Amino acid sequence: MSSTSSSQMGQLVADKHVRYILMAEKKKESLESVVMDHLRMNGAYWGLTTLDLLDKLGTVSEDEVVSWIMTCQHESGGFAGNTGHDPHILYTLSAVQILALFDKINILDVGKVSSYVAGLQNEDGSFSGDMWGEIDTRFSYIAICCLSLLKCLDKINVEKAVEYIVSCKNLDGGFGCTPGAESHAGQIFCCVGALAITGSLHHVDKDLLGWWLCERQTKTGGLNGRPEKLPDVCYSWWVLSSLIMIDRVHWIDKAKLAKFILDCQDLDNGGISDRPEDAVDIFHTYFGVAGLSLLEYPGVKAIDPAYALPVDVINRIIFTKNDC
Amino acid sequence: MHGRPRKASKPEDEAASAAKAVKLRSLQSQFMTYHHEKIYTKEAIELSTKLLEINPEAYTAWNYRKLAVEDSLSRIGPDPNLVKPILDEELRVVENALKQNFKSYGAWHHRKWVLSKGHSSTGNELKLLDKFQKLDSRNFHAWNYRRFVVELTNRSEQDELQYTDDMINNNFSNYSAWHNRSVLLSSLLANRADGFMPEKRIPDEFEIVHQAIFTDPDDQSGWFYHLWLLDQTVNVESPLLTSSWPSHGSSVILSGAGCLNGPPSNVTTFCSETGSFPLILYFDQAVGGVSPLTVTIDSELKGNENLVWEPISNKSSQVSCVWVARLKYFSSQPCGSKDHKVKVRLGNSPGIVSSRGYNFSAPYEFVFTVHVQDTAEDSHSQESIVSWTDGFELWDAQSKDLNSLFTLDQLNNGIDLKWRQAAIDSEIECFRLLADSKIGKLTLARLLMASEAMTLDAAVKGVYYEEILQLYNDLMALDSSHHQYYKNEHSVAFLHKVTSSSESLSRHLFRYRDMNNLVCLRLNKLSLSRIASVEKLLFVQMLDLSHNELHSTEGLEAMQLLSCLNLSHNRIRSFSALDSLRHVKQLKVLDVSHNHIGKHSVDTTRYLCSSPLSNSDWSQDGVRGQNPGLVTKYWDAYFVLRDLNLKQLDIAGNEIADDEFSSFVLQVVPKLVWLNGQKPGN
Repeated sequence: MSSTSSSQMGQLVADKHVRYILMAEKKKESLESVVMDHLRMNGAYWGLTTLDLLDKLGTVSEDEVVSWIMTCQHESGGFAGNTGHDPHILYTLSAVQILALFDKINILDVGKVSSYVAGLQNEDGSFSGDMWGEIDTRFSYIAICCLSLLKCLDKINVEKAVEYIVSCKNLDGGFGCTPGAESHAGQIFCCVGALAITGSLHHVDKDLLGWWLCERQTKTGGLNGRPEKLPDVCYSWWVLSSLIMIDRVHWIDKAKLAKFILDCQDLDNGGISDRPEDAVDIFHTYFGVAGLSLLEYPGVKAIDPAYALPVDVINRIIFTKNDC
Repeated sequence: MHGRPRKASKPEDEAASAAKAVKLRSLQSQFMTYHHEKIYTKEAIELSTKLLEINPEAYTAWNYRKLAVEDSLSRIGPDPNLVKPILDEELRVVENALKQNFKSYGAWHHRKWVLSKGHSSTGNELKLLDKFQKLDSRNFHAWNYRRFVVELTNRSEQDELQYTDDMINNNFSNYSAWHNRSVLLSSLLANRADGFMPEKRIPDEFEIVHQAIFTDPDDQSGWFYHLWLLDQTVNVESPLLTSSWPSHGSSVILSGAGCLNGPPSNVTTFCSETGSFPLILYFDQAVGGVSPLTVTIDSELKGNENLVWEPISNKSSQVSCVWVARLKYFSSQPCGSKDHKVKVRLGNSPGIVSSRGYNFSAPYEFVFTVHVQDTAEDSHSQESIVSWTDGFELWDAQSKDLNSLFTLDQLNNGIDLKWRQAAIDSEIECFRLLADSKIGKLTLARLLMASEAMTLDAAVKGVYYEEILQLYNDLMALDSSHHQYYKNEHSVAFLHKVTSSSESLSRHLFRYRDMNNLVCLRLNKLSLSRIASVEKLLFVQMLDLSHNELHSTEGLEAMQLLSCLNLSHNRIRSFSALDSLRHVKQLKVLDVSHNHIGKHSVDTTRYLCSSPLSNSDWSQDGVRGQNPGLVTKYWDAYFVLRDLNLKQLDIAGNEIADDEFSSFVLQVVPKLVWLNGQKPGN
């Protein structure tokens, strides 16, 4: 990155993205917001983490966000995607991650939340998303990430959790959502992230997976999620963070990828889209900025590739030894 | 979210979507009321149907429907004629939702939930799947659901293999079909099912995948399948011993900490403060179960009854390619100079098992001689600074040590090598025809490397390396995005070439006079970006890798004899990248000057280093207690340096190396004698 000046490849219009996020947060009754009503917790995590990466977390009302989050918690301890919805492991992690950004994990009844998550582990080590039993390695990652942030990882059977993830490893070195399922960059991020957090990366064939991952870079410079698919900015996160965790990121052209992400910006209205000239949304704005962080783009704070939160937040949490 | 064009919204559009939003909001509110008040009337359920038609991602609505179904079932009883219509309605709702969004997790899971109740026809499911396959043959939700149905209906793996055949014949550019084929085939091969013997099947599969690769060399669909076939051809299932130190037929002189300043000899000299030497076993794949029960040692050396075998890997792993035991060689009484034969035997009792579950079965033994010498009293020589530029002499190329390196290849005798070599040779011939394309060059390079690894005939060994190196050079130019990948492979091939004969290796070997003629391997200024061939270099005690392009010490953990390492002028970005050195207990001298430590905000080895971040190392000590801020700031330097017993360290020329960091280092490594060429306190 240091050999290519940012002016050659385009500019990050950070202020415009900040404005885009703040405005989207306010437009609760737009069609897009109403349709995505059930995953507002994820949207809040994407928006707020992006703001923190651009050092603008102070522009939101912490109290407002935190009190809204707490209205989403159920008596089971889990969090819903929005007030009134059912609890699910997906939104429980986002809630904990947002509280981590504000250094407010201490307002939680940590025992209650961690018991909800730990209670979703099955006998074979896998995790269900909620009481209805959908199993997916995404949920393994979520459980491990969440409990590690809460310093309660010993509440689950880590060995079995790792065993289940390894059973989802494919012959191309990648990982799928369940045993036998096709490798997909999103699932790979989840499995590699979970193995990273539990000190189990020795189960990954780094050269084999590294080659599969680096071949996600298309002629456009952007990354796709699996062979013969179109590039998409969100894979700038999932593929890139996976490559970083296994120390193979030097196998792609980082400058070309940065240029692709910058080309996906709406330079007038702010926000980032999946591909150049497509409609922007919070999801891709977050993954674009997070990707640029991993590419060491100037003006963006460093993000942790396993926890998907700023490095300073993770270092603060992990290096203080408070147990569950 | 995906694939919608960016366009400014016109006022008419805005008004229309505002109206839609209001309507949807009202549906949602009404639904929530029904859900929270547990109302499961026909009207209420129909509302949820409407909601899911518009928005199949509204997961709470799927939950509601499950509760409504359970409520209905509890009231109507077990009569299948009453149950079926209720479940069929659910399937209809799912199918409608999938028409809106055939990637909806909620919809697919709801279908599985319904099917799991056991009252629905599975015959329809395969028909439905065929419909979805035609819409999108890469829809992984559909493929996953197919696997679910196959399990429910007990369809055979052979039938499913035929299905992948049909898919691939229809359109070879279907990675999902190739993936499923690999899953089914590896299971059939592992079980030795009828008609699935590797020696016949693998060559047939090569033929099939050629059609995909040769039709369009740029289409990746067949690439990874081909690589898997190559792995099945090259890698024998049961683990083998690749090398050991000491090696078969070699001699080692062992002495105490003081060491002797005697005349140079052609034999490796090993000095140890602890009076023990490492016995290293290097396998071709990760194995577990190495213990005194599975590895027997016959020798006159006393004090080795309860030998502990350690896997060289991170703490949570019980398997490794490299296993070490430390054999004591000093008895309580001085014994004068004496020769001892040591015989090591493995494979006689079962217990050494690969991580894939295959046993080390071929019994093997090797014998070496140790010559134990009394120590001189004077042990001050340990304190003098090690220079990387002066005091070296070339090592004699006739040394028996080197010859014994290459005898272990005979281990791979027989083990059905014929069909494997024939398959590789046939593939090489084929891919020479594709030599202009990226995948052609890359595959050819891999095939030639595989062929080299299999060749037992010393006369023919090494013949392909020039071509392999040229292919990687071509690829660096042809596919510049992946330049570093090819550069790494080039370094690996280069190091294999250097270690392929004692003649080529000895050109890089020297003796360091000031430390009792320690064996020094010089691999500096070779543009190396990757370490390889370490199994052939276990005897190395001093290693100069300066002026290269290395960014990590991955691979060096096996070099248990290493006491001096020069990594100056490389591309090391952090101390976490040196994590593998924590296994090299002999390391006393480390030079990482003029690297990139402290220059980058992204740490690519953050999770490959044992620390609290990877939930691997929580131990506290005085330094951590007194300086929590600095330990967090320099966490990786703290954890890595704390585990090393360094006497000499060079960190100058790195952005991190200011006064604050240097004094922190002295706190973490209090026994350090030399820092940046100076004695601390001067």
